[in-house]
Amino acid sequence: MRFMLLFSRQGKLRLQKWYTATAERDKKKMVRELMQIVLARKPKMCSFLEWRDLKIVYKRYASLYFCCAIEEQDNELITLEVIHRFVELLDKYFGSVCELDIIFNFEKAYFILDEFLMGGEIQDTSKKSVLKAIEQADLLQEEDESPRSVLEEMGLA
Amino acid sequence: MPAVSKGDGMRGLAVFISDIRNCKSKEAEIKRINKELANIRSKFKGDKALDGYSKKKYVCKLLFIFLLGHDIDFGHMEAVNLLSSNKYTEKQIGYLFISVLVNSNSELIRLINNAIKNDLSSRNPTFMCLALHCIANVGSREMAEAFASEIPRILVAGDTMDSVKQSAALCLLRLYKTSPDLVLMGEWTSRVVHLLNDQHMGVVTAAISLITCLSQKNPDEFKTCVSLAVSRLSRIVSSASTDLQDYTYYFVPAPWLSCKLLRLLQCYPPPEDGAVKGRLVECLETILNKAQEPPKSKKVQHSNAKNAILFEAISLIIHYDSEPNLLVRACNQLGQFLQHRETNLRYLALESMCTLASSEFSHEAVKTHIETVINALKTERDVSVRQRAADLLYAMCDRSNAKQIVAEMLSYLETADYSIREEMVLKVAILAEKYAVDYSWYVDTILNLIRIAGDYVSEEVWYRVIQIVINRDDVQGYAAKTVFEVLELVVGRWFGSVLLGRPLVQFNLLHSKFHLCSVPTRALLLSAYIKFINLFPETKATIQEVLRCDSQIRNSDVELQQRAVEYLKLSSIASTDVLATVLEEMPPFPERESSILAKLKKKKGPGAVSVTELDDSKREAGELNGGADRGPDTASTPSPSADLLGIRSAAPVGAAQTNAGSLLVDVFSDSGPAAPSAAVNDDGFLRFVCKNNGVLFENQLLQIGIKSEYRQNLGRMYLFYGNKTSVQFASFSTTVSCPGELQLNVQSKPVEPLVEGGAQIQQVLNIECITDFCDAPLLNIKFRYGGALQNLTLKLPVTINKFFQPTEMSSSDFFQRWKQLSQPQQEAQKIFKANHSMDTEVLKAKLLGLGTALLDNIDPNPENYVCAGVIQTKGQQIGCLLRLEPNAQAQMYRLTLRCSKDTVSKRLCELLAQQF
Repeated sequence: MRFMLLFSRQGKLRLQKWYTATAERDKKKMVRELMQIVLARKPKMCSFLEWRDLKIVYKRYASLYFCCAIEEQDNELITLEVIHRFVELLDKYFGSVCELDIIFNFEKAYFILDEFLMGGEIQDTSKKSVLKAIEQADLLQEEDESPRSVLEEMGLA
Repeated sequence: MPAVSKGDGMRGLAVFISDIRNCKSKEAEIKRINKELANIRSKFKGDKALDGYSKKKYVCKLLFIFLLGHDIDFGHMEAVNLLSSNKYTEKQIGYLFISVLVNSNSELIRLINNAIKNDLSSRNPTFMCLALHCIANVGSREMAEAFASEIPRILVAGDTMDSVKQSAALCLLRLYKTSPDLVLMGEWTSRVVHLLNDQHMGVVTAAISLITCLSQKNPDEFKTCVSLAVSRLSRIVSSASTDLQDYTYYFVPAPWLSCKLLRLLQCYPPPEDGAVKGRLVECLETILNKAQEPPKSKKVQHSNAKNAILFEAISLIIHYDSEPNLLVRACNQLGQFLQHRETNLRYLALESMCTLASSEFSHEAVKTHIETVINALKTERDVSVRQRAADLLYAMCDRSNAKQIVAEMLSYLETADYSIREEMVLKVAILAEKYAVDYSWYVDTILNLIRIAGDYVSEEVWYRVIQIVINRDDVQGYAAKTVFEVLELVVGRWFGSVLLGRPLVQFNLLHSKFHLCSVPTRALLLSAYIKFINLFPETKATIQEVLRCDSQIRNSDVELQQRAVEYLKLSSIASTDVLATVLEEMPPFPERESSILAKLKKKKGPGAVSVTELDDSKREAGELNGGADRGPDTASTPSPSADLLGIRSAAPVGAAQTNAGSLLVDVFSDSGPAAPSAAVNDDGFLRFVCKNNGVLFENQLLQIGIKSEYRQNLGRMYLFYGNKTSVQFASFSTTVSCPGELQLNVQSKPVEPLVEGGAQIQQVLNIECITDFCDAPLLNIKFRYGGALQNLTLKLPVTINKFFQPTEMSSSDFFQRWKQLSQPQQEAQKIFKANHSMDTEVLKAKLLGLGTALLDNIDPNPENYVCAGVIQTKGQQIGCLLRLEPNAQAQMYRLTLRCSKDTVSKRLCELLAQQF
C-alpha cells in the first residue's frame, strides 16, 4: 500500500499515512485531487478506480471515507477488508467509534493503525493481537500518570 | 467533546482541539493557532525546564496543527528529547512526531538514531517495536545505513518476541525497498524463508511480505520458499472455518495470509516437483470449489474475503497458463460474476477476464460472454466499469467477432465519456486494421470513427490510415469515392488514381467547396489540382485560371501562395513528360508496425490497456475547488458522531451523547458562505510550450480544449468548453487577464451564459504580443453547476516562444552570431535531468514545436541540437540561438540559450528546461 487517507464527507482530512517518501507539496496535491474524485462518486459505484499508476480502494463508513492507494498487482478485495478490519479495531478500542473520536484522539488512531499496518503491509490480522498491544500501552500510560488539577492541565497553574 | 477515552490524560490538547472546532472562520482558526504556537514557543524557550508530560502535550499539539495543514518549524528537538524518556507514552508521542515530521537535519538524525539504537538494545519489546516502527515510517537512507545490518539479526534471533519479529520483518522490507544495496541477506536467507513455518500466524503474515519482495529480486536464492508456501497454503485451505481462531475472518480461514501465499507463488514458475505441484493444484481446486459453496454468512466481509482468495488464485492460474482445466473453470466462475449484483465483483471479473482472454486455453471460453460484456458497456452506470468492459471487448476480439465488437464500440463512442474517448478511438482503429478482411469495411469504420469522434482522432490514426490506403491499390478507389461523396475530407495524394470520366465536372464540384476549407486542406487541394492537369489535360485552362487569380497567387498565406505560383509555372513551362514524372505516384510506404499500436502499447503490454495511461496528463490537470460544497446530496450526510460501523445505530442516549449534540456541526468545514476559492491551475500549461492544440484542462464537469495559431506577433486561440455532465451550466462566464498588461494584449468576445449538458461552446481569443513577457495570461471561468458556484482559474498557454519565426542559417553565420551574443547576461544555461524519453525523433519534434528552425550540420557533435529563430513582438525582433546537448548515459541535458535580450534568454531557458 502506498498511502491511506481518512476524510470526511465535507472534504476534511482526518488521518493520513504515507508509506513512501512524498514531498509535502505533492501530498497536499494528491489529497485534494483524490478527495475530489472520490467525493464525486455515487453510492452504488464500485469501490475501485484507477488513478495515476495506482489503484484506489475506498469505502465510506458513516461520515468518513477510508481510502487506500495500492499498487498494480495488489488485491482490491482484500484491501477493502483491510479497511474494514481497521474500522473494527477503532470501533473496538473507542467503543462505537465516530468521527469525533478520531478527531480528538488522533494520536491513538495513528497508534492503532501502526500496530495493524507497517510500511504499508499488514503486520497482524488478529484483532486480539493488535488491541493487546494498544491496551498494554494504555496500561503503561495509566500507571505513569498521576492525576492533575484542571488548572494545571490548561497551563494556568 | 466526546467521552474521554481510555488512558487519555491530555486535557489541554482536547481543549485546544475543541477551540479550533469552535472557530467560526478560517481567520479565527489561524489566529487561535498562532496564539497556541506563540504559547508553545515561549514554553519551549522558557528558563523553567518542562517536565515530560508538558513536553508531550505541546509536541502533540504541534503535531495536530501540522496535520491540519499548517507548517511547523520548531519542536523537533523537544520531540527528540521525548524519545529518551523512559515513560512509554512520552516516547510514543516523540516517535509519532518524528515519523510524521521527519526533518533531514543531519544533527537531528544523529540524535534520533542514537535514541533508536538505545531502544533496540533495551530488550524491552514495546520499546523495540516503537523504534522499529519509527525506522519503517521514516525509511530514509540514513536510517538504512544505521540499522540495515542490525535488523535481520533481531528478526531471526531465537529469543526475539513474536511481536518484535513481526515489526522487524516489515521494517526490513521498508529499508529494502528504499535501499536494497544496504540490506544484505546472504547468511540470513534460509532462516528468513523458514519463518513461513513459524507457529505464530502473525509472524508468518508479516514475514511473507518481506519474503515476496526479496523473491522478486532474487528468485534463485529464495526458491525453497515455494514448497513451504504450498504446504502452508494447503494447511489453511483444508482447515475448517474455526480452526484458526482469531485468524479466521468472517468464517474465512486466514484470508490475508492465503492471498499473500498465492501472491508469493506468482513470483515463480509452476513447481517442478510433482508432489508439490499436485498439492498446489489440489489447493487451487479447493479454492474454486469453496467459492461455489453457499455462503456461511450474508455479510459482505465474508464474500469479499472469500473472493479475494479466489481472484488471487485465478491470478496464479493465469500466471502459470498451463492448466487448461483450471483456466476454463476460472473463466466460468468469473462469468457468473459478470452479472453479480455487487458492482465491485463485476468490475473485478471484467478486469480478470481481460488476462484470461490472452491465454490460448481460455480465449474461446471468454468469448462466450460477449453478449453480457456488450450489455455491460451499454448499461453499467459507473464509467470505470464501462471502461473495464471496453477493455475486455478489446481483449477478446478476433477475426470471428471483430465486426460485431467494432460496431458496438463505435456506437458506444457516440455517448462515451470524454475521459475515455481518445483511448476508445485508438482501440477501434487498431481492431479495424488488425481484423479487416475487406478494406471497404476498414475505410467505412475509420470514416465513421472520424465522423463520431473527429476531435479525438489523433495524428497517429490519421497517418496510419493514409499509410494503409496508399499501400493498398484496392482500397484507394473505394476510399476516394467514399470520401469524395461526403466531401468531408480531402487527401490530395490518392486523388489522382480515381477520377475517371467527366473530370471538369468533378473539378468544379471540388473547387466549389474550396473557400470553405482550412489552409492545410486548401494546400492539399492545390496539389490535387496540378494532378488533374497531369491526368486530364482538358482541365488545364480552367485550373490555370484558378491558380492565376489574386486569391491564390497573392494569398496572404505563404504556403498557399507558393504552391499557386509554383504549380502555375510548372503547368505552363514543363512538358507533359516532365509533368508526368514530377507528379508520379508516391511509392508505397514500407510496411512497419502501426504507430497507433505503439502508442497504445507504450506503457503496458499489449492486451490490457487501461484508461490511466492515456489520460494521465489530462487527469492530472483536473482539480476544481477541492472538496467543499458538494451540492445537493450532502443533505444525506450522517453527522460526524454517527456510528461508523452503522451496526449500533440506535445509539445509547447517554450524557456524553447529548453533550456531543452541540458539537455535531462540523466547524472544521468552511464556515459561512465563502465562495470556493480559485487557485491558479497551471498543470496543463507546460504541456503546451511545444504544441498548440490539445486538452488544456479536464475535471469531472468540464473539459477545455485549445487550438491555436500564431503568425508574426499575432495569435489566435480557440477555446472549446465542453460540459461533460448532463446538467446545464448556468451563468457561464470567462474573463482573461494579463498580468503584464503592457506586454500582451488579449481580446475576447463574451460567451453564451448557458452551456447545455453534453454541449460544447467555442470562444476565440485574439492575442497580440507587444513586447517580450514572462507571465502568461490567466483565464478565469465561473459557472453554476447544480446550484454550486464553480470558479476556476487557468494559466493560458501563451508563451514567448509562440511568436518565433524560424531562421535558417549556415554554420559560419551561426557561430558568428553566437559570438556576437557574448555578453554574460545574454546567455542562460541550465543542466538538468531528463524527464522524458531522450529519443531523437521525440526531441526533434519538440524543438520544431518550439517554433525555431532546427539546424543540421552546425554543431561538430552530431548528438547535439542547434536551433535558431527570431521572436516577433510589436516593437522589436529578438534573435535567439539555442543549443541542447543531451548526455544519454547520464540521462542529463545541458541547455544553452543566447538571445539579443537577456530576459528572453532567461525565460526561454526556464520554459524549456521542463520540456525534455
